[in-house]
This record gives sequence, C-alpha cells and structure tokens, in this order.
Amino acid sequence: MEMPDIIEPVSGGGGVPDAVLTAENLTYSYRAREGELPPRVLDGIDMDVGRGAFVAVLGHNGSGKSTLAKHFNAVLLPVGGRVLVEGMDTSDERLTLDIRRAVGMVFQNPDNQIVASVVEEDVAFAPENLGCPSEDIRRRVDEALRVVGMSEYGGHSPHLLSGGQKQRVAIAGVLAMEPKCIVFDEPTAMLDPRGRGSVIRIIRRLCGELGVTVVLITHHMDEAIGADRLIVMSDGRIVMDGTPREIFSRPDALAAYGLDTPETVSLLRGLREDGFDVPLDALTVDECADAILSALAVRPA
Amino acid sequence: MLRDVTIGQYFPGGTPIHRLDPRTKLVWTVIFITALFMARGALSYALMLCVLAGCVFASRVSARALMGSIKPMLIIICITAILNVFFTRGEVIARLWVISVTREGLISAAYMASRLVMLISGTFLLTYTTSPIALTDGIESLLGPLKKIRLPVHELAMMMSIALRFIPTLIEETDKIMSAQKARGADFETGGLIKRAKALLPILIPLFISAFRRADELAVAMESRCYHGGEGRTRMKKLRMTSRDCAALALGAALPALIVVTNMLSGA
Ligand SMILES: Nc1ncnc2c1ncn2[C@@H]1O[C@H](COP(=O)(O)OP(=O)(O)O)[C@@H](O)[C@H]1O
Ligand SMILES: [Mg+2]
Repeated sequence: MEMPDIIEPVSGGGGVPDAVLTAENLTYSYRAREGELPPRVLDGIDMDVGRGAFVAVLGHNGSGKSTLAKHFNAVLLPVGGRVLVEGMDTSDERLTLDIRRAVGMVFQNPDNQIVASVVEEDVAFAPENLGCPSEDIRRRVDEALRVVGMSEYGGHSPHLLSGGQKQRVAIAGVLAMEPKCIVFDEPTAMLDPRGRGSVIRIIRRLCGELGVTVVLITHHMDEAIGADRLIVMSDGRIVMDGTPREIFSRPDALAAYGLDTPETVSLLRGLREDGFDVPLDALTVDECADAILSALAVRPA
Repeated sequence: MLRDVTIGQYFPGGTPIHRLDPRTKLVWTVIFITALFMARGALSYALMLCVLAGCVFASRVSARALMGSIKPMLIIICITAILNVFFTRGEVIARLWVISVTREGLISAAYMASRLVMLISGTFLLTYTTSPIALTDGIESLLGPLKKIRLPVHELAMMMSIALRFIPTLIEETDKIMSAQKARGADFETGGLIKRAKALLPILIPLFISAFRRADELAVAMESRCYHGGEGRTRMKKLRMTSRDCAALALGAALPALIVVTNMLSGA
C-alpha cells in the first residue's frame, strides 16, 4: 500500500559535505493491515552526522529510533525522502554492500546477533562475507578482539559469557568490518550495571581514539551526557537537537516528550529550588560534585 | 536437567584426532559405520572394538564423557537386545511362559548391543573432537559438488551451524520458561500422558514465539554484517588436507577390506 502523499525527494547533490550519514525529509511506514492507513513511523526526518561525531539519539518507546537506525545501513529503505551514507543513496541496490560495510550496527540483544558458536569465528563472520583473504581476516579478528578487550576469549563459546562480554563480542564482530560509523541501538538495555559500564567505555573509546563516527540510541540519560550532540525524537520526528548542555537545561521540554534528565541535573535542580546557587549544566558526576562543593563554600555554614 | 543434553558437544583439544581435517573425520565415520554393519563374527567385532578403542585413546576423550553419550540411548539398546533375545529362533535354553530364550537369540542380542554401542561412540567421537563450525565446513565442502544440481549446500550448512549455535540458548530459555510456569503452579511431573502433553503447551508456545523473534533479529544482524549468501564468501580457517589426513584416509580405506577378511576367517 502506497502512502497517499509521497514526498518528492529533495533535489540536489550528495548532502552536507563532510557528513557520514544524511537523512533528507525521510518518511517511513511499516505495512499496515488491510484497509488501514499505515501510520507514519518516521515523519520528515532531516539530519546529518558529521565525520568522527558522537551523536546520541533519545526518545520514548515507539518514537521510531530503531526504525531510523535501520535506515542507516539499508536494512529498511525510505518510503519518502532519501538517506545518504558517505554520499551513497541507500535505495541504490548496487551500493547496499558498500553501505553496510561503512555503517555497522549493534543491537540490543547480544544473543540474537552472535552467529557462530566460537567467539573468534563469530568476529570473523563479517570479513568472511566481504570475501577478505584469510590472513587479513585473522588480522582483523585479533585487532577487533583486542580493542574490546576480549582477546583471551577468542576460543570460548559465546553462550558461556556474561551479557556485557557477549555485547563486546558483538561490537568486535562489527569492528572487524572496519566501518566508518557504528550505530548502536540500545546496546546496554539488557545488561547489568557492570556490563553497561564496560560497553559504554568501549563506545567512548571507539569515537575518541579510533575516530569511528558513533550514533548511540539509548534511554539512559547518563549515557547521553558524553555525546557531542543529542537528538530527541518523538512520534517519528526530531523535536530537539543540540549539545547535551542545551538539551538537559530544558527539563520541562524533555518531560513533555516523556524523558527524564540525568540524575546530576535532577539533583542540581532540587538544590536550586531549595535556594542553593548551583548551575544547572554540570552534567557529569565530577562537574556536579564540584558545583555543589563551590556552592557550599560560598554559603556560610 | 535439560542442561545435561549433549547434542553436538565439543571438547576442545590438540590431539592428533582433533587436528585431523573435519572431512577426513566425516569420511572416516561413514567408513566406520559401514564396516560396523559389514562385520560378522567375533573376530570382526574384536577388530572394530580395537579401532574404536584406538581412536578413543588417541583423542583422549574421557571414559565418563563417552558413557554420558551412551546413557540416553541405553533404553533403545536394551529394547533392541531384548527383542533379539526373544524373537530369534534356534536352540531353546530357557522357557518363560510362552516366550523361549534361544542360544542364538542371546548371541545376536550381544552382537546387536555392542554394534549399537560402537555406533554411538563412533559418531560421538566425531562431535567430541570436531568443533561445530569445522563440522559444518566439512559437510559443506564434501557436499560441494551437489551445488551443481542446485542443492542449496551452503544454506544447509549455515542452517546447521546456526542451529548448533542456538541449541544452548534455547535450552536455557526452556529452563527459564519452565521455572516461570512452575512458579505459577504448573505441574509437569504428574498425570497421564495427555495431561502432561497439555502441560507442555504453555512452554512450547512462548518458546516458539521467542524463537521466531530471535530468528527475525538474527536475520537483520546477519544482513547488517554483509551476509549475502555463500557467493564470494571466504573463510578465516581454510580447510587443508595434510599428509596426516592422507594416511588416515588410507587406513580408513583398508578397514572394510580387513573386515571382509576377518569375516571369512570367522566363517561367517
Ligand atoms: N516490524 C514492524 N512492523 C510494524 N510496526 C512496527 C515494526 N517495528 C516497529 N513498529 C512500530 O513502529 C513504531 C516505532 O518503533 P521503533 O522504531 O521500534 O521505536 P523505538 O525504537 O523508538 O522504540 C512503533 O509504533 C512500533 O509499534
Ligand atoms: Mg528500539
């Protein structure tokens, strides 16, 4: 069933100059049941992600985050508008493999993305699909396992690993493609706090040290603090876009979209309501602690 | 209890048997089974037992693991043996009501039981010493020529390796669902066959639903990692036949010939 009004693709060239990912007026709807109008899951998304950026995407359940993520490596194709990856249009079938090797995806459930019953065989899966020679695959696998700190588990069976370790193996499996960009779709949602911490540290390092462009979809506000830029989605639209400082300083707007502020910001707001002179944009735990200390120092005991 | 299932269990190791090419081991297993069914008479069985014992020794698989693989099959072995005891005609040595036990029956039961035990041990030895991936690679490579007649060999091998990968995951999940249902008062242990079968329904339905969801997510994850069928796909660990494999295959080819000789010697 076609959309009643397909939006014409935006004319023009290859999007923003140094953007890894670009969405232009992207609309999407899943196939509806007989006789129903398909609801628009994505409704006119315009965004671009620059090279080496760390972008976090927030939004309540069902706001279309996963649907958007799947457009970035041509798993889903736009109904209206277009998506460019390194200037390649995802609708062009001949480019699908090039697009997928440029943009890796890590999903929520580590169990459902591990293909092989030995860790290193699983990491080798993507380069094997790309037809790399076997010495090259060996090199990529060793390197990827080293980056995620799982080198000594190469011969292990994935089902005996903890959730966090499995997710690190899944990240290694994507890294072995040597992608320019990795999209993480709620990678920590099924992990315990320790596993969460290790996965987030690896994501930060990928962006900081290895220069991989990272898109992190999450509903843990504190994971979003470290990003360069936050995008808030609601009902298939981008409703807020800015630095973490800008976004989190508008808690009422966030609440309207069903989102919290990080614990640090909530604490500072509470203190401010009680008459303490604290800033509202101290996001990390350290900044927050410093802000409270200096506020206490100013106030006579 | 479900965790004891040992389908396709692999014990990593570096023994000469472990290091053989999976194709060699697959061919050897087929030869071994064929020889087992050719064998007649004590001498041939003794030869087969020696071959099996040699392989078990060389692969350093523990006797306990081997026993563990035979245990689930014990009932089938016993039933087969008992049927053989009762339904073979010959010299009657004992009579129980209408059933007569014959000398020939006892002998054929003993042969049948040892044949089954050797059959199971032999095939388990294959899975104990070969990683599931090497095994499916071997099968894919051996069946490779069948691609010419449009048999989806790569797809079959991929399905097999994914099935092996998900067996432990699904067993774990079954355990979890069973515990959850038990906690709500479900009873799987008592009642007749029909009642028990009905009690399984609340386990199977969630298990199936979750398996379909998993399959869906796995398919997306595989596509995301550039999977596009077997075409142009390379492997990290290429299968390679060494001189050791050639020697093993030559020995394998000799086995049926030897069995023919021992069969004749025992006058069968
Ligand atoms: N495969 C699908 N078929 C039909 N509708 C879907 C499918 N996947 C998601 N949806 C619907 O699309 C909307 C957005 O889903 P999703 O992108 O998964 O949101 P999020 O990841 O932000 O929670 C939801 O209303 C959901 O019900
Ligand atoms: Mg989602």
